[in-house]
Amino acid sequence: MGLEIVNDIRKDYVRDLIESGKRADGRGFREYREINVERDVIKRAEGSARVRIGNTDVLVGVKLEPGAPFPDAPGEGVIITNAEFVPLASPEFESGPPDENSVQLARVVDRGIRGSEAIDLAKLCIEEGEKVWMVFIDIHILDNDGNLVDAAALGAIASLLNIRIPNERYGLTGEDTLPMRDRPVAVTTVEIDGNILVDPDFNEENAAASRLTVISNADGTLSGMQKSGSGGLKEEEIAEMVEIGIEKGGEIREKFL
Amino acid sequence: MKEGKEEIELIKEGKRLDGRGFDELRPIKIEVGVLKRADGSCYFELGDNKVIAAVYGPREMHPRHAQDAKMAVVKFRYNMAPFSVDDRKRPGPDRRSVEISKVSREALDPVIMREYYPKTAIDVYVEILQSDAGTRTVGINAASVALADAGIPMKDLVSSVAVGKIDGEIVLDLNAMEDNHGEADMPVAMVARTNTITLLQMDGRLEKEEFERGLKLAMGACHQIYELQRAALIDRYSESVDV
Repeated sequence: MGLEIVNDIRKDYVRDLIESGKRADGRGFREYREINVERDVIKRAEGSARVRIGNTDVLVGVKLEPGAPFPDAPGEGVIITNAEFVPLASPEFESGPPDENSVQLARVVDRGIRGSEAIDLAKLCIEEGEKVWMVFIDIHILDNDGNLVDAAALGAIASLLNIRIPNERYGLTGEDTLPMRDRPVAVTTVEIDGNILVDPDFNEENAAASRLTVISNADGTLSGMQKSGSGGLKEEEIAEMVEIGIEKGGEIREKFL
Repeated sequence: MKEGKEEIELIKEGKRLDGRGFDELRPIKIEVGVLKRADGSCYFELGDNKVIAAVYGPREMHPRHAQDAKMAVVKFRYNMAPFSVDDRKRPGPDRRSVEISKVSREALDPVIMREYYPKTAIDVYVEILQSDAGTRTVGINAASVALADAGIPMKDLVSSVAVGKIDGEIVLDLNAMEDNHGEADMPVAMVARTNTITLLQMDGRLEKEEFERGLKLAMGACHQIYELQRAALIDRYSESVDV
């Protein structure tokens, strides 16, 4: 109950500020917090990246293991994306089985990578119908100050761009690198009282009725989208959010990938 | 995603494999109040999709710590029957249904006047009995009518449909064959009276212009579905008045 009242006060504070054209940290509505991408931070992982957006801190590790392909795609590798909202990252997170927010996060990141066809799944085939590389993308949240999706998606693609295939460990021969075909980037905006803001922090996320994640590719096409939150959006608002998504996505790709 | 699968021609001579035009919905059938025990219910068919929705509540919220002191909490459960798909679906929630339940709830939240029933739960249960792509949209359509049937105060109904891209064309309401072999799939839900979008997801790859065209196509179709939902409710309750 106490926390609820505090959240209500924060919500009013955020909304009042935005009404007067400001954000709590002084950013413009179309401005990201400072982004920092550190690659290859985990020696044991075949690819990894730690992404910080402001105080939000997300670690992504990618592991590769040989496994059986799906029967309907015998010649293709498998991508499995998972997100853990560990209790260390936020007082709101609890240990236990994944809740709907972590499931959604993982599925949206996964959708962007699949939709863009960034990974050539056929190149991950070891022996058709028998053995393929399984690519496990694990998202570990370290500090949640909002906009986990953009940080997680950036961490995932940054990790994938530097994959070392562990042939030796499994007694296999073949290419050690995985050429990537695209670089999808997720950009999340929220709508607060008719204003569109990019990269919401934790308080802005709570004050917003809806948010939209737009995943775009190097050629400006879209490879995934997800609205969440208990509000509605107008067609013009969605158009603005998509435009921001493509524009900011391009800037982030240019700078960090 | 679509690679490695055999190429199937989904459009022949300007028509889709089931004979529909690009902007044509599958046949729709709606029945209101089909379940005895539920407070509200609806059976909804869209082509070969058969879906039933039930609403219970507002009723006491369990567990109590999940209560909201200011408004009702909507709980939405999307569930596929094991026999609803070609390869038997293992019973119980999987990650896909957890996500669908979340976004479907958020598609309905904006119209439900939750502030009328603080501390309560409104349970919405959607069962997919037979699936042919677009099940989440059918579930939202059915749930919205079932909420109205339960007498829950709402600002409007929510109407939902998917659009997608097959053989390079933007088309309305993909069936399973089109969904499996298509290039993109985009479910949309909308409040018809205000043209407010309450669900938007996209999977696959689309140009920005294709996305905008697809969204417009979906919004138009939501208006069609809205009229059918309304007619079904009016039909149901004009009957009871006569008795």
